Amino acid sequence: MKRMDHTWPDQLYKTLKDARVRQVGYVPDAGHKRLIELCLADTDMRAVVLSTEEEGIGLAAGAWLGGQRSALLMQSSGVGNCINQLGTVRECRFPLLLLVTMRGQKGEFNPWQVPMGQATPAVLEAMDVVVEEANTADEIVPAVDAAARLAFGSYQAVAVLISQAVIGIKSFQDQASR
Amino acid sequence: MKTTLHRRKVVEILLDNRKDLLVVAGLGSTAWDITAAGDSPLNFPLWGAMGNAAMFGLGLALAQPKRRVLVLTGDGEMLMGMGSLATIGVQKPRNLSVVVIDNERYGETGMQATHTAAGLDLAKVAQGCGFKVARQIRNAAQLAALRAAIHRPSGPLFAQVKVVAEKIPLVLPPRDGGLLKARFRRALLGEPADLD
Repeated sequence: MKRMDHTWPDQLYKTLKDARVRQVGYVPDAGHKRLIELCLADTDMRAVVLSTEEEGIGLAAGAWLGGQRSALLMQSSGVGNCINQLGTVRECRFPLLLLVTMRGQKGEFNPWQVPMGQATPAVLEAMDVVVEEANTADEIVPAVDAAARLAFGSYQAVAVLISQAVIGIKSFQDQASR
Repeated sequence: MKTTLHRRKVVEILLDNRKDLLVVAGLGSTAWDITAAGDSPLNFPLWGAMGNAAMFGLGLALAQPKRRVLVLTGDGEMLMGMGSLATIGVQKPRNLSVVVIDNERYGETGMQATHTAAGLDLAKVAQGCGFKVARQIRNAAQLAALRAAIHRPSGPLFAQVKVVAEKIPLVLPPRDGGLLKARFRRALLGEPADLD
């Protein structure tokens, strides 16, 4: 695999700061590990661990009602958990910034991840969420910067899908053999 | 011990002289209850998002640490989002109260029994999740104490108010989600919020 730029989570954190994001809801994903650590360490930011991704939609809506911007981090499997709650985002025109790390794409080892991973863009679009795809590390920060402007400037729900090609392919066989 | 509390009266007492309390109500009967007590721009009644009322309250409470936030919701709505009690228990916002109006029924769909009718104790769930105070409320004296507690910054507070299962007339708030959002933000944050 081509050598990737591994500093993008740090740049992404700065992008969220520049966008005045104050609350960050997350269900952990390995691809978001560094970003979550940076948010947790920031005393001016509230990183909120969720028990399921749909909680993050309520958190984001409540934060906006209270005058704060937020971002929501999840893995693509979590998008399916959010579907009904996205209806409320649309009806109320809440701004929403979703950063989704993808599973179930090219090279996926776990077949159970594939259906939701493959359906993620269609599911989001069906619920009126604007979908931006970041297929290389270089594309992530500009995509999130633009998504934040669209979300908070134009009151849209926007998801940036971070490709599995960037995160790396998880292999339980490799892990088991270590 | 059987309850003699009636939901409309309970909510009227809890919202009496509410000062600058911010109120989120869950889908269904509690949205009608807060409206019956007097519609306010600082009410956010949910017409959807079932299971997420408490999380709206958490986001709001974290954004507005100097204001008191009250989530009023039903037992069916709370059961759907019970994980949010765990999430709130981790964050421990002092200014958030979650009050479940528990008639042990799905009131909007034909009064079918919920899990609380089978004895599920939501107050114990909240206590196990780390709420500082978690009580069951069954009488007027306990209710008066709860009314006082939701105005103190000593949360997170949880209460499960056992009420009589009854069909009562609907009192509907505005339905337009964009309107409900905009009027809430303007009342809380002022006109500059329109330009944010």
